[in-house]
Amino acid sequence: MAVYKRTYRGYSGDITPAWSRFLIIFRYSRRNLFRSKLMTGFFVLCFFAPVLALLGIYANDHLGVLLGGPIGGAKLIKTDGGQFFLNFLNVQTAFAFILTAFIGPGLVSPDLANGALTVYLCRPISRVEYVLGKLSVLAIILSWITWIPALVLFFVQASLSGWDWMMQNLWIATGCFIASWIWILSISLLALALSAWVKWRIAAGGLLLGVLFIGAGFALAINGVLQTQQGYFLNLSKLINIIWQDLFHDSGDRALPVAEAWFGVLAFAAGCFYLLMKKIRANEVVR
Amino acid sequence: MPSPVIELNALSVKLGNHQVLRNITSSFTGRTIGLLGPNGAGKSTLISTLLGFWPITSGSARVLGYDVARESKEIRALVGYMPENDSFISGMTAVSFICMMAELSGLPAEMALERAHEALFYVGLGEARYRKLGTYSLGMKQLAKLAQAIVHGPKLVILDEPTNGLDPPARQRMIRLIREMRDARGTASAEMHIVLCSHLLRDVEETCEEVVILKKGQVVHYSNLENERKLNKKFVELELHGNMEPFVAAVESLGCESAPGALNRLKLVLGGNTEISDIYRVAAEQNVQLRRMNFRRDTLEEIFLKAMEPSNGRL
Repeated sequence: MAVYKRTYRGYSGDITPAWSRFLIIFRYSRRNLFRSKLMTGFFVLCFFAPVLALLGIYANDHLGVLLGGPIGGAKLIKTDGGQFFLNFLNVQTAFAFILTAFIGPGLVSPDLANGALTVYLCRPISRVEYVLGKLSVLAIILSWITWIPALVLFFVQASLSGWDWMMQNLWIATGCFIASWIWILSISLLALALSAWVKWRIAAGGLLLGVLFIGAGFALAINGVLQTQQGYFLNLSKLINIIWQDLFHDSGDRALPVAEAWFGVLAFAAGCFYLLMKKIRANEVVR
Repeated sequence: MPSPVIELNALSVKLGNHQVLRNITSSFTGRTIGLLGPNGAGKSTLISTLLGFWPITSGSARVLGYDVARESKEIRALVGYMPENDSFISGMTAVSFICMMAELSGLPAEMALERAHEALFYVGLGEARYRKLGTYSLGMKQLAKLAQAIVHGPKLVILDEPTNGLDPPARQRMIRLIREMRDARGTASAEMHIVLCSHLLRDVEETCEEVVILKKGQVVHYSNLENERKLNKKFVELELHGNMEPFVAAVESLGCESAPGALNRLKLVLGGNTEISDIYRVAAEQNVQLRRMNFRRDTLEEIFLKAMEPSNGRL
C-alpha cells in the first residue's frame, strides 16, 4: 500500500521464526555502533596483529625465497606451536577488552534510561532473548577479532605445514576456539551487567577496568595476608589464564587447579547473568 | 455472541506484600474498552499482567483466547502496547525504531520497513520520520509510541494514557486516530480491539463502547456506554403548566412510571414502546403546557463518581 493512503490496515503475512529474533537486536546495534568513526577505526586496528601474524607465517615458510638463498631450516619465529597461538590470543583479547569497554556500556543502559525495555518486552521476545541479542552484539564483533583470525592463521599454517601437522595440532584450533569463547562470554556478561547497573557510560567503562584490576589487587592482598592461593578466585583474568594454559598444553606454574579455575569463571559468569536479569524487567515495581 | 477479548477469572496479583488486584472476574467483548480508575486502582498492573510482565498470584486471565500464564508470547504477538511513560531509543530515527519494533514482532525486514513508513504517515509523523526520536516534542513522542503499537497490525491495542501531556489540538488528533482505528473495517485483519486506559473520562467517553471501573484492585463498575446512552433516553424530566393529575394518569396509562416533584415538575420513565411524540400528544389532549423537557444525561463522570462512592456516601 502506498504511504499516501493514510488508513490503518492489519497484517496477515509471513512471520519470521521466533528463534531468529534476537539477531534483530544485534543487527540494529551493530549498525548504530559502526556509525562512529572512532569505533570503525579501532575495529580496523584490531586486524593489525592478525595481518602481521599472517605475514610472519608466510615469511617463515618462504624465508629462503625472501632472503634469496638456502637458510637450512632456520625460522624467524616459531609459528607452528601452541605458544604462538596463545601469544596471538593474548594480544587479540587485549584489543577485545578495549573494544568491549567501548561498546559494552552503551548496550543496555540507554534502553533502561529511555524506558525502552517495555516496548522490547511487550513483543514476542523474552528477557533471556533480549539479553542474548545484546550479548550477540559483543560476541559476534569480538569473534571477528579473536577466534576467527586465530583459526584463519591455523589453517594457513596447516596449508603450509601439511595435513599431518594439522591432524597432530588440532588441539590448537580447539584451544583457540574455546579460549576465545571463555574470554568473550565472561567479559561480555560483565560489560552487560555493568551497563545495566551503571547508567553513566564512562563510569561503566571505567568500572569494567576496575573489576579486572581491582579484583587482581584484592586477590594478591588476600593471598599475601592469608598465605593462600584462593584469593585468585577474585582475579578473573588469572582464572581465565589458568584455563588457557591448560588448553594450550602450557606446563607453566598454575596457581589453582584447572577445575577450580573453571568453577570460578562459571560462577563469575552466572553472577553477572543474575545481576543482568535482575535489572532487565519491563516494569519497575514502585513500592 | 462475540468471543471475549479479555477474560478474567478470579484474578489476583500481588507485588511484594501488596495485593494489587483482588479476585477480579470479568469478561470484555467490546471493540473499544475503557479502563478507568483512580491512581493506584490497579489499571497499569492489570495491563502489565495481561502482557505477562507480572505473574498471576491466583486465578487466571485470557487475552484473545490465550492463557496469560502459559501463552504470553502468543498474546504479545497479537497485542500492540503503547506505554504511558517515555519508551524509545533516543539515538534512533523514528523509522528505524518503528521498523525494529515491527521486526521484533515477527515481520520480515522488508515488510517491517514498509509498514514503519505507513504507520508513521498514518499517525501524522510522515514528514518527521527520519528525525531522531530524542528531538521529538512530547506530542510527537506520543504519536511515535502509537505508531510502534500498531505497526505489526495487532488484533488488540492497549493504550495507556495516550493523551497524557498533549495540548488540545494534539489530543483531538489522538482521539480521532483512536476512533479511526476502532472503526477500521474491511478485511478481518484490519479489525482491532482497543483497550484505553485513562484517567481522563472525556477521552474514554469519546472513544469507548464499554467501560470498566477499577477501585482498590477490584472491578466496581462495568457498563456498556451505548446501552447507557439508550437507557438515558428513557428518563425524562418535565416542567408543566396546567392541571397535572389527568396528565399523570394519561401517561401512566401508556405504561410510563411517574414521580411528581415540586413546582409542577414531573419525572417520567418511558415505558415499553412509548416515544416522546406520545408525551406531546397526551399533553395536547389534556390541555397541559410543556414548559421544559430534559433527557437525563448520566455522564461518564457521574457513573465514575457513583462507582467511587463507598457505602457511607463519601469519596
